[in-house]
Amino acid sequence: MHRSLILVRRRLLQAIPVLAVVAIGVFFLIELAPGDAVDAYMASTGGGDAAFALRLRQEWGIEGAWPARLGSYLLNLLTLNLGQSLAFSQPVSHLIADRILNTLMLTVSGLGVAAGLGTIFGVAAAARPGSIRDLLLTGVALVLNATPGFFVGLLALLLFSVKLAWLPLNGISSLDAPQEGLGHVFDVARHLILPVLALGLTYMAIYQRLMRAGMLRAAASDYVRTARAKGLAPRRILWRHMARNAILPVVTMIGVQSSSLLGGSVVIETVFAIPGFGRLAYEAVTQRDLTLLVGVVLCGTILVILVNLAIDLLYGYLDPRIEV
Amino acid sequence: MASAGRRAAWAGAVGGGVLALIILAAAAAPLILPGDPLDMVGPPLQPPLRDWAFPLGTDQLGRSVAAGLAYGARLSVTIGAVAAFFSLVVGIGIGTLAGFLGGLVDDFLMRIAEAVQTVPVFLLALAIVSVLGPTPQSVVIAIAVASWPAPARLVRAEVLSLKTRDFVAGCRAIGMSPLRIAFQQILPNALAPVIALSGILVASAILVESALSFLGLGDPNLASWGSMVASGRAAMRTDPYLVALPGLAIAATVLAVSLISDWLTDRLRLTVGA
Repeated sequence: MHRSLILVRRRLLQAIPVLAVVAIGVFFLIELAPGDAVDAYMASTGGGDAAFALRLRQEWGIEGAWPARLGSYLLNLLTLNLGQSLAFSQPVSHLIADRILNTLMLTVSGLGVAAGLGTIFGVAAAARPGSIRDLLLTGVALVLNATPGFFVGLLALLLFSVKLAWLPLNGISSLDAPQEGLGHVFDVARHLILPVLALGLTYMAIYQRLMRAGMLRAAASDYVRTARAKGLAPRRILWRHMARNAILPVVTMIGVQSSSLLGGSVVIETVFAIPGFGRLAYEAVTQRDLTLLVGVVLCGTILVILVNLAIDLLYGYLDPRIEV
Repeated sequence: MASAGRRAAWAGAVGGGVLALIILAAAAAPLILPGDPLDMVGPPLQPPLRDWAFPLGTDQLGRSVAAGLAYGARLSVTIGAVAAFFSLVVGIGIGTLAGFLGGLVDDFLMRIAEAVQTVPVFLLALAIVSVLGPTPQSVVIAIAVASWPAPARLVRAEVLSLKTRDFVAGCRAIGMSPLRIAFQQILPNALAPVIALSGILVASAILVESALSFLGLGDPNLASWGSMVASGRAAMRTDPYLVALPGLAIAATVLAVSLISDWLTDRLRLTVGA
């Protein structure tokens, strides 16, 4: 079998216990909440008698003592049934499927901005360590890292959407723009510029730091001295020899941070009113829809596992020495 | 390398100064600004520096921004420190046990750590706060539950490398109990990298708290920087200071903590020589 297929199979097998722990942990967390989905439903619809409550509990598979409920909950998950959202009167899986694309665009571009700019800034800072440029780039990255994403987002909104009116205020698309084709793509991209920057810039510092340290380490190494002695062009040494090695920890960090960015999307999507996965989590909390919240947490976990799998595959390609 | 170390020391001193000022404001808040910071005390939307009774102005409801910032500092600093402390205690305990006992216990604990690290931290915190209710205690619990795995893994790695050393064999030979060896002999030697991590834990705890309050999931009866930004948002176009001041307060605090933590990491690397 191909090397990367073996990796995919092994990673997916390793993901099973992780998902099981998360699913069971979330079940017991929700158990701590007073009342269940039927109580919430009856409170929001005007109530009903005990027999009706019993019938609903049986229908939704949440009747009986906790071991039985845990069992039916896990069985439902195995058949990819995440239950029914009370707040939206729709299956949780449909809601998530509707929203996930917006969040994927936001977080993947955000990771791209964070890692891309961080890498470039890191290389630029390492070119002359201790210089004003190094201080400035490292300082800017550090300040942005300390700033909450919602604050960066609000400032960007105030400047670019309200004062200068260059970019749309909120949402993911405009009603008066084309709804399909290239026009639609441009419209969505215009809506995503500020949220992506607000998300990406706050996570840039770690990449800048890793890249800077990696480049400094590479500059002091024997293989770079050899490359210089051979008379290779400095630009070629910088990118083909030094950056290629220094970028490996950056790639690892993208996987680690995918989980933080998905969490960060909750706040950013709320600030920019983007109908996405993170905003769905917020709506689940404010409307006390625990079934939906469980679905969102589980799907977020699966997403993080998949991103890390992709990173592992990329890693094997970037560094063939690694036995994947 | 010396100049980089001196720069980290300078940055650490600046961070320490800023953090000291913030802690001073937090501690002195009840003395210089008595009363509830959520009370309406003056005319609404007074800009900063106009009336010395409200040096930083008032918000849409006539609440003093200065009082909100000072009491918000109490909340942010306390939650940051307490949440980081509990993450460290839980993480160090679990990491030491896993590393020292090994085998099935280690496998089990590390699987759980891995699972917790896979769940997006903020989603987990959101879920915990929504179940336990919007109080500072549940925010602390949420942050601690979500962030113990990092210190646990660090301590476990240190313990694994320490437990094969001669001094541990010596302790065994004199009949010391395994628990005492783990917590009294090995643990103190494994702490250095964890201390470096504690600054990062405080910084991220403050950011998580502010984001939860911004979303309206903090305690509605306590002044907090995140909720000040959220309520100032409605008047942001005409009175940007309502958003800018609490936002800058969060950024300054987190920046100060991370500068101190960088300096600490630098110092520990020098003394440990790793």
